[in-house]
Amino acid sequence: MTDLSVANTAKRPTFDVEAIRRDFPILSQQVNGKPLVYLDNGASAQKPEAVLDAMDRYYREMHSNVHRGAHTLGDRATAAFEGARETVRRFLNAESTREIIWTRGTTEAINLVANGLAPRLKAGDEILVSYMEHHANIVPWQMIAERTGAKVVPVQVTPEGELDLESFTSLLNDRTRILAITHVSNVLGTVNPVAALMEQAKARGIITLVDGAQAAPHYQPDVRALGCDFYAFSSHKLFGPTGIGVLYGKAQLLEEMPPYQGGGEMIERVSFERTTWNTLPYKFEAGTPAIAEAVGLGAAIDYLNGLDRYAMEAAESALLERANQLVETVPGMEIIGTAKQKVPVMSFKIAGLHPSDIGTLLDQQGIAIRTGHHCAMPLMDFYGVPGTARASFAFYNTLDEVESLFTALQKVQRLFA
Amino acid sequence: MTASKETFLTNPLGKDTTLEDVLDGFELLDDWEERYAYIIDLGKQLPAFPDDARIEENYVHGCQSQVWLIHHFDETSGRLYLLIDSDAMIVRGLAAIILVALNGKPPRDLLATDIDELFEKLDLFRHISPTRGNGLRAMVGKIRDIAAAELARTSD
Repeated sequence: MTDLSVANTAKRPTFDVEAIRRDFPILSQQVNGKPLVYLDNGASAQKPEAVLDAMDRYYREMHSNVHRGAHTLGDRATAAFEGARETVRRFLNAESTREIIWTRGTTEAINLVANGLAPRLKAGDEILVSYMEHHANIVPWQMIAERTGAKVVPVQVTPEGELDLESFTSLLNDRTRILAITHVSNVLGTVNPVAALMEQAKARGIITLVDGAQAAPHYQPDVRALGCDFYAFSSHKLFGPTGIGVLYGKAQLLEEMPPYQGGGEMIERVSFERTTWNTLPYKFEAGTPAIAEAVGLGAAIDYLNGLDRYAMEAAESALLERANQLVETVPGMEIIGTAKQKVPVMSFKIAGLHPSDIGTLLDQQGIAIRTGHHCAMPLMDFYGVPGTARASFAFYNTLDEVESLFTALQKVQRLFA
Repeated sequence: MTASKETFLTNPLGKDTTLEDVLDGFELLDDWEERYAYIIDLGKQLPAFPDDARIEENYVHGCQSQVWLIHHFDETSGRLYLLIDSDAMIVRGLAAIILVALNGKPPRDLLATDIDELFEKLDLFRHISPTRGNGLRAMVGKIRDIAAAELARTSD
């Protein structure tokens, strides 16, 4: 029988999660005849009504191209678009909107930086990453390493899933040019001590990039407090639309970098003799940008700003704590990633079951999780697993949903018995 | 492919366990739990797959689970025999259903069989749709390629 009799000592959230859930229309549906339990937020988070409305209103009332039209709609669209950039600047506590570049997402942001820094690299230089990086923070560096003769060097992780700080310190050397590291691991949930890492790197004049894709939905990143040169995140994981993301970069470095793509918008003057670049941030924004998506992301941040961030973090911790308590109710279940500092992400395996079997049978019960390698194959190799099942929670998930997950896992296990 | 000819010819799927058996079996099942329990059981009928055949050449590139496929064309009977392996139990079960429908047939008959229709009938269509990264679509594609190649070769 279902056994969730483990004492619940997780604190109830101090904010009204039911009211918050009503802001997310997609959550109230049934899937396979069961109420949807959406625990795949690490892959992509759902959108509040405020985001849908902002994008709808943008298209109905103000759509036009930005920065060009000699007309009123052009002014409205530009104001909404640049307003969103200012919202992002405040969200990240960046100094200036010149430092906020729109990209298609974290992946494009990292590719942009890798290409921009390539001219500084020579054979023998080292780019430090870690074993817990998403492929998006490995492959772009491998590609420029290939071009320049530089080398990508991974920092070890501990069996608990924390960054191995001894390995980090021992790998920093005179050849290290770039440190590219994730703020939060998408598989393990580990929160890395980014500020301390940046400090050590800075002392050696190393350029630093932080992959914030998994961190931004849980903590408001302060780029000045973190001390990084670049910070990247995606809108769609931050409750905003797909197709847009942000690269924060220190103005001086961005000025020194060559443009990423050529085209309209990014130029100052074009002639067949000599073309010159536009100023920041436009130098890195060739072509018509994702305007409605930028507006949608601005609306998502405004929505988050309206929530009590501390209450939200407390509620998320309670979800993870409850999940950890219930692990013992599923024999053979093992958590991968037990760092002390974690966001509410639970990667796990269950003895004798393939992650894809777990995912399929949870889906039958209305529960959406992610299974597979999570675009982190080096980390899968490190743990010696073909993949994991991963439940990733957001502030709109409830303790009841955590319990549903475990009741469903018990059912899955009975089916395979 | 060092699996003996016997392993191919004695595979119960498509021989002892027929498509009618599976369709009848599904008829009796009411809810998803029984259906998946049945699929998992079918997967247990897959004959042991030779270890030395788990090589890149026989690997079916899906997304999550690992799938291997080997075949044997019996020149005397003109029938194509298949063996499939996977590390995921539900994929094994779905592979067993595919074998029940396709194994031991002349290539021409195999190519005339509509697997999509069968999976639709069994209400398992989503498993074979390209949106599920479980490799089933690729598995069926590879089987059809093999059948087409054998058909082309033998009708020369």
